[in-house]
Amino acid sequence: MEVTINNIRKEFERFPALNDVSLKIASGELIALLGPSGSGKTTLLRLIAGLDFPTAGKIFFGDEDASHHSVQERNVGFVFQHYALFRHMTVAENIGFGLKVRPSSSRPPKSEIRRRVSDLLDMVQLGGLEKRYPNQLSGGQRQRVALARAMAIEPRILLLDEPFGALDAKVRKELRRWLREFHDRTGHTTVFVTHDQEEALELADRVVVMSQGKIEQVGSADDVYDRPGSPFVFSFIGESSHLPVEVKEKTVLFQGQPIGISEPVEGGGELFFRPEDVSLVDAQDALFGKVTACRRLAGTRIAEIDIANEGHAPYHVEVEVPLHAPVALGSEVRFRPTRWKVFTNG
Amino acid sequence: MSENASSTISKQPFFRDPADERPLAKTLLILVALAFLAFFLLLPLISVFVEAFREGWGAYYEALVEPDAAAAIRLTLLVAAIAVPLNLVFGLCASWAIAKFEFKGKAFLITLIDLPFSISPVISGLVYVLLFGSGSLLGPLLKSWGIEILFAVPGIVLATVFVTFPFVARELIPLMQDQGSGDEEAALSLGASGWQTFRYVTLPNIKWGLLYGVLLCNARAMGEFGAVSVVSGRIRGLTNTMPLHVEILYNEYNMVAAFAVASLLALLALVTLALKTLLELRFGAGNAGGRH
Repeated sequence: MEVTINNIRKEFERFPALNDVSLKIASGELIALLGPSGSGKTTLLRLIAGLDFPTAGKIFFGDEDASHHSVQERNVGFVFQHYALFRHMTVAENIGFGLKVRPSSSRPPKSEIRRRVSDLLDMVQLGGLEKRYPNQLSGGQRQRVALARAMAIEPRILLLDEPFGALDAKVRKELRRWLREFHDRTGHTTVFVTHDQEEALELADRVVVMSQGKIEQVGSADDVYDRPGSPFVFSFIGESSHLPVEVKEKTVLFQGQPIGISEPVEGGGELFFRPEDVSLVDAQDALFGKVTACRRLAGTRIAEIDIANEGHAPYHVEVEVPLHAPVALGSEVRFRPTRWKVFTNG
Repeated sequence: MSENASSTISKQPFFRDPADERPLAKTLLILVALAFLAFFLLLPLISVFVEAFREGWGAYYEALVEPDAAAAIRLTLLVAAIAVPLNLVFGLCASWAIAKFEFKGKAFLITLIDLPFSISPVISGLVYVLLFGSGSLLGPLLKSWGIEILFAVPGIVLATVFVTFPFVARELIPLMQDQGSGDEEAALSLGASGWQTFRYVTLPNIKWGLLYGVLLCNARAMGEFGAVSVVSGRIRGLTNTMPLHVEILYNEYNMVAAFAVASLLALLALVTLALKTLLELRFGAGNAGGRH
């Protein structure tokens, strides 16, 4: 099911939670809504589900305007952050709930419901746990029961709110891989909300980066990591440092001095670069600063460098330095970004 | 938990739980608490039954089937049978509204629900006298239509409803607030209607709290004295409830009869307590409530 979101605005007591958001989700896509808390990602998910309604704008399911359809009419599978399993029902009753509450004209017979529940349990690899209650399951198992329950109603799209948020790191990783396989097998259009960029980049076909009620960038993992479209995306995804610069005649100047890199744009702006996209150089036209700390990070070594800023607190940047040639604390290093982006002001 | 701690103490006296008292202090505390309970709660309760049976089973039975006593029992049951269901519905609606929605005047509604707890029952009764008495606007009007409120069953029911309405709501509001609306949203997203959501999801989630609230509400409805005594007029055999009847008998020095009826009320309290304990044992303190 293709979902189109047109110029959605959502206000909570006149505070805008979403501001003019538009997004097109292709059929069968696995999309991540990524952003810090308060960015509006969960609000957007709930609007798609019909658990909240937009202040302005429209939501289309295919060609059908679903903006004013209730959550029941939209027929979406929603997996809640804390699963929201019905604690007084067994696993089988939970999964069969959506079928049981159908009007008698479309309700499958009991034997059919039992068969479908058992199929779904097999699909989420929990066969044999029909009679258990939610509090007798582990977090990962509950998550999968919640998913099976959402799938039981044969939803047009699957929506997951922080699906792995409440799980420990190991289970998280396993379930992440499992969800990807599950999606590839079932082919459901799936949207999930996360604040974990690793999760979003690893799992999703496309990542929607959100901040303060707006979409900052939509793109593949490569797009948002390698070609961040805004200062927010650059600093939110991955590690990065930034410095105020000026571009004159295509030469990038920092504190009025050339630093050995060039840009086509002109004027004042902000230079962004990642720690790994930096090389130590011996030239005069380069950035330079004092090493204040050096830490080992998995397969790399990161040096924290303070760049003097007359009369103000020094600029703080992080660069990756070779493992075999550690830089001495307090020593001065010269470096240039090898890949960078200048976002001009205004 | 506590069993574990005490067995650890007996075996390894050097590893006493830092938050645990010394054995002597512990025993003393328990004894004081028990003695206090025995003197102020158990003793009066026993004396009610002792007094009631002073002249044997026969006199006890006679006192209960005597027409005025039987009428009082019937009236009390009738009043409870009307007031409790009313407050059950009201309590559910109010706690639903308060726990699941945001609206203007919510704080005011919560305060209002607590009102009967915070004012003296006698005043609650007097309010109805002011509203429906002969000097009021409503009283004469209703009287001209042949409807008697004061010194009649409707007045007693009104006063009882007023006094007992916080019980169910007070029990359910924190429970429902704690549970949030996640389960309801899940049910709706699975296609359930509003009624199905209530029937299959909300009600099972709150049923023990609800039952507990109803038990307390019922105990109070049957035992209410102050408010009812103001509006009832105490007409023997007509507007006397059990607590009022007990007082009348007592004032007439009819001790055996007074305590016989009182023992029924005490029995009700005991049954309520037993049911409450049973609920808590079976479904955990969290589910059965217990904040009173």
